[in-house]
This record gives sequence, C-alpha cells and structure tokens, in this order.
Amino acid sequence: MNPVSPVHTDPARRRGRRPYRWSGVAALAALALALASCGGSSSSSSTPTVTRHAGGVYMILANSAFGVADPAQNYTLEEWQLLINTHDGLVGFAHVGGLAGAKIVPDLATSIPLPTNGGKTYLFNIRHGIKFSNGQVLKPSDFVRTFERQFTVPGPTTFYSKIVGASNCSTKGCDLSQGVVADDSAYTLTFNLTAPDPEFLDQLSLPFAFAVPASTPLKLTGNNVPPGTGPYMWKSYNPNTQAVLVRNPYFKQWSAVAQPAGNPNEIIEKYGAQVSDEVTAVENGQANEVFDGDSIPSDQLGQLNSPKYASQVHVNTLTADWYWALNTRRAPFNNLQARQAINYAANRSAYVKIAGGPSLAVPSCQILPPNYPSYVSYCPYTAGSSTTTWSGPNLAKARALVKASGTAGMKVVVNGTTDQVGKALAEQMVSDLNAIGYKASTLLLAMSVQYPWSQNSVNSSKWNVAWSAWYQDYPAQSDFLNVLLGCTTIHPNSDASPNIAAYCNQSTQAQINQAESEEATNPAAAAALWTQIDHADTNAAPWVNMYNPKQIDFLSSNVHGYSWSPQWYILIDQLWLSK
Amino acid sequence: MATLLEQVELSAELRPAIAGRNPWALAGRRLRRNRMALAALGLFLLIVVLSLLAPWYARDVAHVNPLVPNLNGTTVVGGKVVPVMQQGGGSLHLGETPIGPTGDLHHYFLGADLVGRDVAALLLYGGRSSLQIGISSAVICCAVATLVALVAGFFGGLVDTVLSRIMDIIWAFPVFLLAISISTELLTARSGGIQVGPVHVNAASLWLPTAIIAFIYLPYVYRPIRGQVLSVVNKEFVEAAIAQGASNLRLIFSEILPNVVSTVIVFLPLMIATNIILESSLSFLSIGVQPPNVSWGTIISDGQDLLYSRPWVSMSAGIMIVLTVLALNVLGDGVRDALDPRAKLRVEG
Repeated sequence: MNPVSPVHTDPARRRGRRPYRWSGVAALAALALALASCGGSSSSSSTPTVTRHAGGVYMILANSAFGVADPAQNYTLEEWQLLINTHDGLVGFAHVGGLAGAKIVPDLATSIPLPTNGGKTYLFNIRHGIKFSNGQVLKPSDFVRTFERQFTVPGPTTFYSKIVGASNCSTKGCDLSQGVVADDSAYTLTFNLTAPDPEFLDQLSLPFAFAVPASTPLKLTGNNVPPGTGPYMWKSYNPNTQAVLVRNPYFKQWSAVAQPAGNPNEIIEKYGAQVSDEVTAVENGQANEVFDGDSIPSDQLGQLNSPKYASQVHVNTLTADWYWALNTRRAPFNNLQARQAINYAANRSAYVKIAGGPSLAVPSCQILPPNYPSYVSYCPYTAGSSTTTWSGPNLAKARALVKASGTAGMKVVVNGTTDQVGKALAEQMVSDLNAIGYKASTLLLAMSVQYPWSQNSVNSSKWNVAWSAWYQDYPAQSDFLNVLLGCTTIHPNSDASPNIAAYCNQSTQAQINQAESEEATNPAAAAALWTQIDHADTNAAPWVNMYNPKQIDFLSSNVHGYSWSPQWYILIDQLWLSK
Repeated sequence: MATLLEQVELSAELRPAIAGRNPWALAGRRLRRNRMALAALGLFLLIVVLSLLAPWYARDVAHVNPLVPNLNGTTVVGGKVVPVMQQGGGSLHLGETPIGPTGDLHHYFLGADLVGRDVAALLLYGGRSSLQIGISSAVICCAVATLVALVAGFFGGLVDTVLSRIMDIIWAFPVFLLAISISTELLTARSGGIQVGPVHVNAASLWLPTAIIAFIYLPYVYRPIRGQVLSVVNKEFVEAAIAQGASNLRLIFSEILPNVVSTVIVFLPLMIATNIILESSLSFLSIGVQPPNVSWGTIISDGQDLLYSRPWVSMSAGIMIVLTVLALNVLGDGVRDALDPRAKLRVEG
C-alpha cells in the first residue's frame, strides 16, 4: 500500500487493548497476544468498573475525506476501516486484535478451500441466508459482478489479473464467466486462475473483493456505496462533511471472528477539521477519535504525554517501512559500494527524532518490518560489531567505501516531500550525503506529486535518492520483498512502478519465485527463504531504510474496548462508549 | 517641460529657497525632512546590516552551522549541557521538542527549530536570502519593465501592441498560481533549474526564485511606466531633440528615461516589499528558497508544527517580515512624496 493512499504521512498512532468483555484465561491469552504482537500497546482505555454495552454514536474526526467511496476503486485505509464493518468477502482477516488479526478466516464462505488444479482453482461454498442491507439475499452470482467491477471501474485491477478472462477486461466491459463461476443452486463459487497465486486468499480478503449485489452497475458508483452484508450500512457519505454508518437491519452474526456485531449504534466520520482541532475536540470529549491516519502535530504530542491522557493514547508498531530509494539506474548509486556507503552514513537516530522520537519509530536497516514470520533482525550498516541492531552511523567505513567506489564529489539530488517531516528528512539525508563527500541538494515536491513522480522512469535522470514509505496491503512477505524490490514490478514510463530504486537481481528474483511457490506447500522452507531474500536485499542496499513507524491512536475518555489489528489497525466496531 | 522640476508648481515663499537646485537635490531635501521615512530607512538598513552579519554571528558568537540539521547536538543552558532536541515526558515519551529560547546569545538565543538548528542564526541567514531575492528581483523587474516600456511607448504601433499584449497575458494569471506553476516546473525540469544557452541557474540557487518573481511582476511595473513614457514621448522637448537630429537611442535614454526614472524609483522600495512577501509565500509552500538555503518564509514553514510549544520559531521570522515590509512601505511613501510633483503641499507644510 503506497504512502499516499493509506494516509500515513507520519509516524502513526495506535493502541492495543483487548475487549474488556473477555474474561478469564481467554482474556489473559488474548492480552498477551495483543501485547506481543503490537510491539507493546502503550495503554488501555478500559475502566474496570464500566460494563461493556452496545449503543451510542461513535464519532471520528478526520482532516479530509477518502475520495470516491466506491469499494471497487477506493484504496485508502480510511474507507477500509469503515468498509470492513459494512461489507464482507468470501474470506477475511480475523476481526480481532493482535497478531491473530492477520489470520485469514472464512467469512461469507463456509470454509477456506485448498486450491486444486495445481493451485489454479478455488472452490468456495457460500453461506446461506445472508442478506444485503437492502434486504436482497446474497447469492454466489453476486460475486461475479463484484469481480467484473474490478475491471470496469478504474482501480487497482492487478490484484485479480490472474483470474481467467481478466486479461480481456477493460473499463468498457468484462466477461469473467470462465474465471468466476457461480452456481446459485449449489451455492458454490469457483475461481479459475491462469497461474497459481499464493497470495490469492490475501487478495480476496481486501475490500475490493467484498460482495456487492449483482444489480450494482458496472460503472463507478461515485459516493454511493453499494449495499453490503456487514453489521452496519452506509446511510450517507459526503466528502465535504461526513460519512454516517448505521446498523444494518438484516444483519445476523454468523461468525464472531470474521464479522462480529458492532457495539456503537452509529459511526460518524466528520471531515475538514485541522488535526490540532481534532486533538482538542477529543481531549474535551466532543469527539471520540482522531483518525489514525491524521498526523498529530509534533508539538501537540507533548500534551498527550500528560498522565491525564495516559489511558486514552495507544501506540503500536506498524508493519511499514520509511525509506530512501537509491536510484540504481545512474551514478553514483548504480555502484554497490556507494549504496552501502550511504547506508553506513545514515544517521538513523536523527531520522527517528524527526519521526517523533524512539517512542514513535524504530531504526531499521532491513527491508522486512518486524512481526513477519520471516523477520530476523539484521543490520550490517552500523557502528560497532553488531549486525543485528543499529547503534550509530559508521562514517569512517562510509567514507572508505565512497573513496573505493570512485564516486566522491558527485552531485546527488535528494527528492523529498514538502511537508514538515518530509522536508526535515530530506535535509538530514543531504547532511548525511555531504558528510561522506557528495554534493547533495534537495528537490522537494508535494507528497501527492512526489510518489508517482519518483516511480516514473521518465524522471529517473532527475534524482538519485527518493523518499518513500510502504505500508502492507496484507501480511505477506512478498508485499515488501517482491512488490518493492522484485524485477517484475519495474514498469518503465509508468507512475505505478513500486520498485522505485529499479533494483533487479535475477538470482534474488528466482528465490522470490521459489518462496512464493513454497508458501502453500512448505511454509517453513518458504519463511527461511524469505529471510535469506530479506538479508540479501539489505546487503545489496537498494534503499536506505530509516525506520519502522509506530502509530498513535488518541481516543476520548469514554471509549473502551480498544482492539488493534495489524491489518486494519483500530477495530472501530469493537469499541464501546460509557454513558 | 518634461522634467519633474518644471512640473512642480512651487509656492512663491519657497521659490527663493530652492533656486538653482536640481530636482534630485530637492527630492533629497524633502526626504530628509520626512522623519517617518528616515526612521523607516534606518530600520531597513539595520535589518540589512544584521543580515549581513549572519556568518559572523553563527561562526563567532553562536558557534553553530545553522544550515545543517543538529538533531543529536547539545548546547549549554545555565551552565549545564543539555540536548538540543528533548524527548517528550510522561510515561509515553511521545515527540521530540526543540529547545526553547535561552536568552543567551551564545547558546540558542531564540531556541532551535524542528531539526535542531539555531533559530537566531537562521533568522539572520534567512534575512540575507529574503533581502537578496527581494532587492534583486525588484531591481531586475524594474529595469526590464522600464526598458520594455520605453521601447513600447517610444515606437508605439505594432511593437507597443505586441509587447503590451505579452504583458497582459502575464498579468492575466493570478500571481500565486503563476509563481507556483513556474517554480514547480523549473524545480522538476530535467536541467534542475533554468538553462538559457550556457547559463544554468541551479534549482537550489537563490537566483531561481529571484528570476521567477522578477518575471511575474513585470506587467505591474511595465504598465504605469509605459503610461508615463506615452505622456512624455510627444512633448515639445522630445520634438526639439528630434529636430536636432537625435537618434532613437539618444531620444529614449537621454530625453525620455530621465523623465520616467522618478516613477521607477518610487516603485523600487514598494516592489522590494512586495517581492519579499511573495518570496516568503513561495518559500512557505516549499517552492521558493530550497534547502540548505533558508529564508524567512522557510523558517515560518519550519515552525508550523511548533506553533503550540515553540511559537517563537515562526513568530520571529514573521516579525522580521512585518518590520521589513513596513519599513519599505513607509520609505516608499516618503520617496514618492519627495519625488511626486503633487508633493507641493507637503513641502510647503
């Protein structure tokens, strides 16, 4: 997930507390799991004397809306956090806090099928008796329209491009009758793929694959969200004012893990306030949440340190990287030693301070973020003898590498963003580069421009180092190692070429392919292979990884039942309000 | 006549006192009598001198390099060594707050900004950039606009039509929209700035915003000067010069230019003030002065995230802009009063 769409422009916030309703061993186990997985949620908002209950209006304040609401097009965490409460897919990420929230569970399907036909066919049995919020009964054929809309509505269609017939689809029309086969009498749905896709179930768990009625137009529905099957339904959405979710009268809980009934009667997300005003409103109890994608101004963080708010602030480590991509197409960073040199010189503690300090970011040298099964801490680019943890820059080694590379004195353009954090990061990178003998300057662009601009190879002659950040689409190692550094994700002349560094190593790509193919059959071997790939890519230094960000969730004092999923972050519907 | 002196209708009482003086001496005398204008001039010169002393202050007084981040640095407050960036307190330790004003000229007198740089030193360096851009762009803008206005007004006809329409096109664009468009385009250009033949202006150079600002305000100076030229070009003294066989070049630069130059001079301080504001606005949007250079606009921008805890970062630069622009506007008024023929009443008063 790119840095623009999920709206994380800063170290984010988040908290992890498990639902108060659980008790006994189950609750303790869940708490331990949540704490272990979330990197230590900072606090809990639950008050033991208050009893969990449903009802009330939960109000979120967000700086801006998430754009067009059609789930076939929208690619923002902001809407996804709402869509998971109004819609369902065949499968979904478990609706629970902690690492368990990364597990895929059956949702509208009765079970998760094993692929057949060499990994190219999936047969799902669909649950009976589920209704959309308009009262219409869910049928397998509804999914055909859902997937055809992925191609007729402009959006990130690459997720489902392996479905048979998808290659012939366009915004003008789509026929997936061979790729998505519905049998409404047997209540089954069969997917036929052109090639095995080990991440197909992950992709089916995303909101793009959430079921909408077969009567939904093939064209973009704009700000009208089609009916879904979740516990809530969209009452209204106006990007200039607010989104309102109310209870779906036709919802009956079929799986507490996949789609539990929500607690608030109504969820309202209001748009347009300054983030500082959002913080003040939540402090005063006038709203319940500062949207977790909104970046709280650094000097307001001081207020949140007050013991008064200790139970309302929650911090969680994200599966995300903030990094500098090194342009491997041109000098000096087409040279391995030059790339390793700036990795040694990078003052990661300075970057962490810009991100808000050690409480909000963790320095990192490697590609994979923590909390992945294949993550093994690795940092060869540090002072001292450790190769696991970054302790400080090693300027002597960096200067020696620059000298050996023959690139000393070269001009380097650092492409960053114009927001305060982006600008500060760029200035620090310039300082790091100058410290080892380069002549660095900045090229700052608005964030919405910078991300596509730096990806497009047309602009590759204009920069040497480009800022980027990546937040997982779903919890798969390939989402970092293949999407960001695989040979197949370099798309010349395209604004969507996520391998910004244009780094390609065929032997590593072969390992990626092997790891992907072994995911289903031999997960342990695949995990070990992903670890090797992560470390090999780190050694090749196509990036200067700065840190893994953390996220803050700031809630009002009357909010309880906080749960945090590594996939969806705050689980809004599980929160409840004290009277 | 055409000269300024001849246009002034002097009172009978004053006539003996100024007999034999040239118009510039007269204007100088009027300016010296305008205490507000002199005070404004003094303030402006003080700001200029302080800005020129920036490297000295940073090197020999504050002992900092304000153009590079200093996130891991330390300073001395009350005899104790303290970090420039201070981690948040409480149990969460969220955020890093830069040190506030110490009141000690040697140690972060006005505190630090978001990346640990000395705000006092930055302010002086920012003044150098803002003033350099403001003054340079105003001079370039006035010089080019005057030249174009002289050509257009003197030759008239097709030349005037073409030049005036070009200026109209520039004028038709909203100032900020045009400035933002040009800045963004030039910053992202393949050449990384302006490339005119062998001359290359780097994207990080102060000359890039200077050139952009000078270009954008051309029509604003061109139009009144052209009007002035048109009012002068058919005067008897010009016809007399033509009758004497003067060349076009001589007519433009010896006969017409001296009679419009007072208008240009009146424009100059006002354009400097306007340009400083535009530069600050562009820099605030990060498309003016580029790092590692700083200007008052970039300092305000850098202080945005510190408005609650360290408001002095943005405020100090804002105050400097206000003082400078105020001084220039008052000075501009004084210059206009001194040079404008309608200043009779003031002189008499």
